[in-house]
Amino acid sequence: MAELKLTGVAKTYGGTVDVLKDINLDIKTGELIVFVGPSGCGKSTLLRMIAGLEKITGGELQIDGQVVNDVPPAQRGIAMVFQSYALYPHMTVRENMSFALKLAKKSKADIETAVARAAKILQLEDYLDRLPKALSGGQRQRVAIGRSIVRDPKVYLFDEPLSNLDAALRVATRIEIAQLKESMPESTMIYVTHDQVEAMTLATRIVVLANKGIAQVGTPLELYERPENEFVAQFIGSPAMNLLAGEIVGTGPVTKVKLHGGGIVTSAAPTRDSDMGLQVNVGIRPEDMIATDGEDYAFEGKVNITEALGEVTLLYFDKLGDNAAVIGKLPGIHTGLRGTSVRMAASPDKVQVFVNGQSLYYR
Amino acid sequence: MNPALQGLMTIIIGVGGCVAYFYFSNQFLDKVLLPAKGANAGRNINRANLIRPWLFLFPAIVALGLYLAYPVVATLWYSVTDRNQGGAFVGFANYQRMMAEPKFWEALRNNMLWLIIVPAASTAFGLLAAQLTDRIKWGAFAKSLIFMPMAISFVGASVIFKLIYDTRPVDQNQIGALNALWLQFDGGIGSFLILRLLPGALMIFAAALALFMAYTNAQAIRDKGFSANAALRAVLIAILGYVVYATLGLAYGAFTNVHPYGEPQTWMTIPGWNSFLLMVVLIWIQTGFAMVILSAALRGIPEETIEAAIVDGANPFQVFFKIKMPQIAGTIVVVWTTITLVVLKVFDIVFAMTNGQWETQVLANYMFDKLFRASDWGVGSASAMVIMLLVSPILVWNVYNARKEMR
Repeated sequence: MAELKLTGVAKTYGGTVDVLKDINLDIKTGELIVFVGPSGCGKSTLLRMIAGLEKITGGELQIDGQVVNDVPPAQRGIAMVFQSYALYPHMTVRENMSFALKLAKKSKADIETAVARAAKILQLEDYLDRLPKALSGGQRQRVAIGRSIVRDPKVYLFDEPLSNLDAALRVATRIEIAQLKESMPESTMIYVTHDQVEAMTLATRIVVLANKGIAQVGTPLELYERPENEFVAQFIGSPAMNLLAGEIVGTGPVTKVKLHGGGIVTSAAPTRDSDMGLQVNVGIRPEDMIATDGEDYAFEGKVNITEALGEVTLLYFDKLGDNAAVIGKLPGIHTGLRGTSVRMAASPDKVQVFVNGQSLYYR
Repeated sequence: MNPALQGLMTIIIGVGGCVAYFYFSNQFLDKVLLPAKGANAGRNINRANLIRPWLFLFPAIVALGLYLAYPVVATLWYSVTDRNQGGAFVGFANYQRMMAEPKFWEALRNNMLWLIIVPAASTAFGLLAAQLTDRIKWGAFAKSLIFMPMAISFVGASVIFKLIYDTRPVDQNQIGALNALWLQFDGGIGSFLILRLLPGALMIFAAALALFMAYTNAQAIRDKGFSANAALRAVLIAILGYVVYATLGLAYGAFTNVHPYGEPQTWMTIPGWNSFLLMVVLIWIQTGFAMVILSAALRGIPEETIEAAIVDGANPFQVFFKIKMPQIAGTIVVVWTTITLVVLKVFDIVFAMTNGQWETQVLANYMFDKLFRASDWGVGSASAMVIMLLVSPILVWNVYNARKEMR
């Protein structure tokens, strides 16, 4: 139903403190965009700027081609679900959901229909006459979502909507939100979270924010498989991607890198001849590592600690030369590896090469 | 001995005595009466713990009984006896005599006026001040200014306002601010705007507001059916109806009254006006109290509910009346009833400024008049009982609401 276009959007407090700068983003109709990033990266601020609760101090925000920088929140065609639900405590569920429509002077019949529809979608029909304090956390969250649905907005904004729920409820509500999105394929949603699982499972595209700007925009798997830079590489995935310093020793359609204190790894990233001898960081995800007995291995390390989680076993290696400690993740249960030396390798297309923090795949 | 030293001695003896009482009585209980050792140690500890609260409450209970409970009973007894007959029981004769006095009815009527106007105005102004000072830089400064009258005694405030209301002959400079202001009016267009249109419009607005409140309450009765709540609402509607009638009358008066321009007025002697001018003193004092409590309550409202309302399309007035006000409704009731209690007992202001002359009498001053000037303990005690009867239900309601707020 709606497209969003952010052009050079910036946020400055008091004219001096930059929070966000030069945010450029195109959001298409029907997308569910997830903002992720470390604490304090400004993801909530960006969402609140789109909502109109924070003033945009630079650049331009368009919704459906119309510049809305100075349009009040209610007229932007957005609806927002807050982290703490923000239900009106003195109103029943029905009144909570119909408040916006009453303010918009909709007819009683219209309000009834809209509330009934939202209540049906969210299975809140039995709770319409209750006050928020008589509801459980999950129900409150559903009311908050229902309050958005009744307004039939162009854009839904979610500000960490699941962070106040316990783990089990979070999974259930996450699936509900995914189903809700599926039942409304035309609606555009923007979702802020610090939870990777939410980001990976819900998003059409993920926007990773860092250092006052956008680090990368892409589908969840793009971010996972081909991170543009070291920040995204280490931010997405758990445990974080290993970064190993090394030197390019072979160029061409595939690149060979000699690791400091280790063997030679092959990456599917292409390089030019002039890159020979360049100091790089090689990125390998713990789960992409393969134990090998052969001579073609990335490094050989002494296993310091093992953590058997059942489905996988985590291996914590001793420091490798000047690199940070390396973590490997092997499927299944492996006991008795502690204290032994293990050779690890990885398939070339799973190996990232970063020059000055930027991936060679994107050069 | 120097009086200051005497005061210091009193404080030391009083506070020291309290500490000594709690310490030694506790020691006596634990060491002598029910020692926590020997064969019955466990039983003794349990018993001591049962006795201890009563031990500590004992001084307070005695003091409250002596200075509160006993006087109530004694006053009740005095109100049905006659001093001139050596304290003989006379039934309701005192009450009958009191009812026959026009001054009593004047006091009761004035008290009712105070009761409606002062809490309403103080709470409204307090809420307004709390809301307006919430987000501005010098809000804290403004708040401390508004709160300052709370630190002044009622008599002190009365003296200040006596000066404001003061009158001098027409050929002298007016030292009273109100008369100085009054003499600025000459009957021209400015006088019409400020003295006729403004109060008239305000009264019409108040009437409309009361009418609207009555209407919403009537709707609530219709929607939710009859219950104890509905009965309360019906009473409220009746009161609001009277308010509409009264305010419309005042509005008519504002437009038609003939004003004596150019003559200094002795404000305290103008029946009708003088009561309101006395109320201003109490409103001036109580607004600070209302503001502080309501300001704290406003701060307690979750910010996100306000943002949600803004996203929902509420304008600042709707945010205030539909989101903020309902969330602090409990606190508003507590503030309102607390001020109501102060108002019902109002004495100092009337005593210091008019002493109940020129139709400004209130119940507490009437009681004082009868008890200590006319030495008529019967009627004096009877009026005291009337005050207590009026205060008690509001007090109970106030405590009930305050406890509900704390939960």
